[in-house]
Amino acid sequence: MRLVQGLIEEVFGLFIDDGNLALLSVILVAVVAALTKLLGVPPLVAAGVLLVGCLLILSVSVFRAATKR
Amino acid sequence: MTNLTTILSTVTASFIASFVEVVEAFTIVLAVGITQSWRPAFVGTGLALLVLAVLVLIFGPLLTLIPIELLQFVIGTLLILFGMRWLRKALLRSIGVLALRDEDRNFAAETEELERQKADKRANYLAGLAAFKAVLLEGTEVVFIVIAVGATRGLTVYAGLGALAAFLVVLAIGLVVHRPLSRVPENALKYVVGLMLTTFGIFWTGEGIGADWPGADLSLIGIFVVVTTTAVTLTRWLKGSAAIAAKGMVR
Repeated sequence: MRLVQGLIEEVFGLFIDDGNLALLSVILVAVVAALTKLLGVPPLVAAGVLLVGCLLILSVSVFRAATKR
Repeated sequence: MTNLTTILSTVTASFIASFVEVVEAFTIVLAVGITQSWRPAFVGTGLALLVLAVLVLIFGPLLTLIPIELLQFVIGTLLILFGMRWLRKALLRSIGVLALRDEDRNFAAETEELERQKADKRANYLAGLAAFKAVLLEGTEVVFIVIAVGATRGLTVYAGLGALAAFLVVLAIGLVVHRPLSRVPENALKYVVGLMLTTFGIFWTGEGIGADWPGADLSLIGIFVVVTTTAVTLTRWLKGSAAIAAKGMVR
């Protein structure tokens, strides 16, 4: 049972380390998808937003962790 | 369209990512083999590989039932999460916020634990279980990486070959040196893999929402350059800030 639990935790841990980073990334992807599907924003523009957004989220997450020391 | 860029980047990403995971599993299997005996090490490893093969055989064909755009979107999102997690950790390690992974220390800790269990009647079982768990857990990551970088373009075989090559290289080096592969520049590899997986994630999520990237698959290179430039700039800036702060404290 502990092995299965460990396996589930490991699979979960593949994607989530810093909760904020994961949550913001998922929100960004959802926003980008909504922009194209609901608001008719050209997909390439939305993909550009995704690229910039990912880099911003990563930078903020790393900066926060580095300055917390 | 599948071109050489896609195939090479798929094989490279799969090879490097799998290499890191196989090194981690190898440390535990080696500790089991040397401390207890090689039988539980091989039995545990073999059983774990069997379980992984069954998982791939069950879930692999299911992927073909999912529409390609949905598959790209879902796998792209998972790759963004997975890649940015690796990249964040590698960045924090490179600027000294997180400690570097030390295979020698992990090997010593595992050996100590196994030595403690030697008096136990179930020592062989526990040793085999340690090898099984290590290979299964690290192997799960390898399976995900292979599927994630290969499935959306029908390149799972190429990705699988990259992972197999990593397994064989680690095994060959391990047989020669017969000790943990502590000199592998693990953080540098994780840094590169984080960059590559984040690139794949952004590319495929973009395709999943219907974006026609300029230059098709060649835009992977452009995205990779942008992600790398940002990561390197961030690293240098944070290292510089830390150095300035340290100087300020000395004064």
